[in-house]
Amino acid sequence: MSTATVEELTEATAPVRFWDRERRLGVALVALGVAAAAIFGTLAPGKTARFTLSQDATGAALSINGAFGAVLFGLVAVGAGAALLARVARRWQTTLLVIGILAFVLSFLCWQVAGKFMPLVDTANGTLQVALPLILGALAGVIGERSGVVNVAIEGQFLFGAFFAALIGTMATSVWAGLISAAVGGVIIAGMLAVMAIRFLVDQVVVGIVLNLFATGVTGFLYEGLMQTNQKAYNQPPALPTWSVPGLSSIPVIGPVLFNTNVLTWIALALVFIVHFGLTRTRWGLRTRAVGEHPTAADTVGIRVRGLRYMNVLIGGAIAGAGGAYFTLVATASFQKNMTSGAGFIALAALIFGRWTPFGALGAALFFGFAQKLATYLSAVGSPVPSQFLNMLPYLATIIAVAGLVGRVRAPAADGQPYVKS
Amino acid sequence: MTATEAPAPEKKEQPAKESFATVFVQNLWSANTVVVTILSIVLAMVIGAVLIVISDSDVLKTFGYFTSRPSDAITGSWNVISSAYGNLFKGAILDPAAVSAWMHGTGTWQGAFYSISETLTYAAPLVFTGLSVAVAFRGGLFNIGGQGQATIGCITAAVAGFASGLPIVLNLIFALLAGLIGGAIWGFVPGILKARTGAHEVIITIMLNYTALLFLTWVIGVGGVHDPKRSDAISKAVPTSGQLPSFGGSLRVNLGIVLAVLVTAAVAWLLKSSAFGFELRAVGANPAASRTAGISVAKTYTLLMVVAGGLAGLGGAAQVLGTAYTLTPAVAGNIGFNGLLVALLGRNKAWGTLFAALLYGALQAGGNRMQSYAGISLELVGVLQALIVIFVAAPALVKTIFHLRAARAARLGASMAKGW
Repeated sequence: MSTATVEELTEATAPVRFWDRERRLGVALVALGVAAAAIFGTLAPGKTARFTLSQDATGAALSINGAFGAVLFGLVAVGAGAALLARVARRWQTTLLVIGILAFVLSFLCWQVAGKFMPLVDTANGTLQVALPLILGALAGVIGERSGVVNVAIEGQFLFGAFFAALIGTMATSVWAGLISAAVGGVIIAGMLAVMAIRFLVDQVVVGIVLNLFATGVTGFLYEGLMQTNQKAYNQPPALPTWSVPGLSSIPVIGPVLFNTNVLTWIALALVFIVHFGLTRTRWGLRTRAVGEHPTAADTVGIRVRGLRYMNVLIGGAIAGAGGAYFTLVATASFQKNMTSGAGFIALAALIFGRWTPFGALGAALFFGFAQKLATYLSAVGSPVPSQFLNMLPYLATIIAVAGLVGRVRAPAADGQPYVKS
Repeated sequence: MTATEAPAPEKKEQPAKESFATVFVQNLWSANTVVVTILSIVLAMVIGAVLIVISDSDVLKTFGYFTSRPSDAITGSWNVISSAYGNLFKGAILDPAAVSAWMHGTGTWQGAFYSISETLTYAAPLVFTGLSVAVAFRGGLFNIGGQGQATIGCITAAVAGFASGLPIVLNLIFALLAGLIGGAIWGFVPGILKARTGAHEVIITIMLNYTALLFLTWVIGVGGVHDPKRSDAISKAVPTSGQLPSFGGSLRVNLGIVLAVLVTAAVAWLLKSSAFGFELRAVGANPAASRTAGISVAKTYTLLMVVAGGLAGLGGAAQVLGTAYTLTPAVAGNIGFNGLLVALLGRNKAWGTLFAALLYGALQAGGNRMQSYAGISLELVGVLQALIVIFVAAPALVKTIFHLRAARAARLGASMAKGW
């Protein structure tokens, strides 16, 4: 609490600079918009860019001339930037920023898609599916970190979840057994993290990183020892079934994406609402936030700090483990060594990008999912931009976000600090 | 200042002079650094042994009738475990068969020293990346970016090596410097961001790791870097003039390990005796107090990350100029992440890191032999390496398991905890 007051004081007494964050963002957006209109506009061929409302080239489509669209959306970005710069609508600052960035992306897309087509259903579906483990992983992080335990071991929880889902799912020939054991796998890593961090007071970031390496090693070792020699007995899990909600699934674009999909998607989206409600409206949430911000005060009023932290880390482990099940039960039908390939770290980034809130995490995860889906799409249609650079997008965006250029990011005050009862 | 009279120096309790033997015996079962480290290794090996048994389906079957014939399960387990760890030792330190062959004139001396050569070869890059993490840690920063910095070091060193066209020796020095600078630039980014905006270095460096890896896969395919004779993702090779010379015949061990020892000495000096070392340790211990004392914390953080990045970049250079010679997507292997473990095991001390790197190099070299001779996956080595560090990082855990006495000089406090 003391740090917060000091911060407020310095803010109040510091002279108001002309180039505050809003104006700087405005200038950046104007520059981006001008660059988009000029560069993308000139490079784009004057052919029609079609955004089809289906899985493929058929059906209704939103069409726009590529060059015209690139210039138009570039100018929209300029407009948003100018509005920020002129401070016309201070209340709509975030909205303007989002509009500006969206317009920039659309301008880029008009250039890339000109003369081709982009299936929106496929894009949206791909985005959501790539984002799925990230949503679950980031939620796990939210629950842990809001109570003050840094969870860098999301990657390890993913790996254990994916491994156990494949192993138990195959042995029991039941996808539900696989899903449940994935959660158990996540809990195993989370339990190790909790004991080391809460009971033995080891640096939480260190433990997390080491646990990731441990999980990579163990799953890789058991994969080679058990699964590789006998794929059929240990590594052919059944796939999670796709369920369709009658009626709702025929809504254009949204229908096939949201209502004709696997259960894990619904679980993830429901969890976002549940965790948000839990954190803001329930006793558990209030206590979690109290323990994460000021454990000593929470302890004084009788909240069991360590017990609550154990519980939250383990719940988080179960959620992240279920996220790991995505890799073996949804995306592919078998476990591979180190198959999560850094998704846990992107989930961690999504958590920070989303400012430690469930909906923020959802938005960030969708953004990362879109960036990755876009990279796959663009390399498929033969874009001049190398796919490696497109794949860098989520990472660079995170760096920009964490460096405070897209708004202040503040972690829970006691995040990462073990609580020792004095 | 006579008013505040200094208290008379208290009579210090004269500790009775103890012989070395009594001190040794007293410390033997207490939680000091050496004992905890050794017990951590033992614990890791025990868990590794359990994993070996679990993953062997033949042995696992014998446990099905354990109550009726326990001898099957016990001998079966003993055989796989002893074969695994025996080969681990032979591959890491020395193979008695090769030594006796050399003694009897049927083998070469290279054969006898093969294991130790492999150990030193694997250890060399780890020393650099470990020192990188250790130096940053002493300044209060957690540099997870060793992997990315080493990757960039690999790229710049390799490109400088095959593009410069300099004569022998000069080319090597040029390439090493290029690796150093490449890593330093990659370390500068999180440093300056931390100093200017307070962005947490862990997140920034993780993101830069992936960015570096993607950059590597892109750069390999670029014309002028890509080997035109190959269709797969591989770059041109560094010519002999840019390679770290090896010590004889078929052995892979090269100048890299000598360089590693020299750099360790330099880092030890830097941390202990230089002004910058003092500042970084002060900042690491208490940034607020250091700021009050007139140390520029922002400058120290930036410089610290540049030094750390440079060290990791040198590790990448040692890897690519010492053994790999070409760039491939996996050229940096896992040296950055393993450097992290090495630094933690070496307790962030320069010489400690060197010894930890030797241990990890030995595990790596032995693991290769274990994989080919005993059929145990190399992944086990990764598990052992991670487990050792988990136990070392939690001395309280080891202390509880083995009922150790508290150390007389307890300097084993849990590592610093600071969060984001």
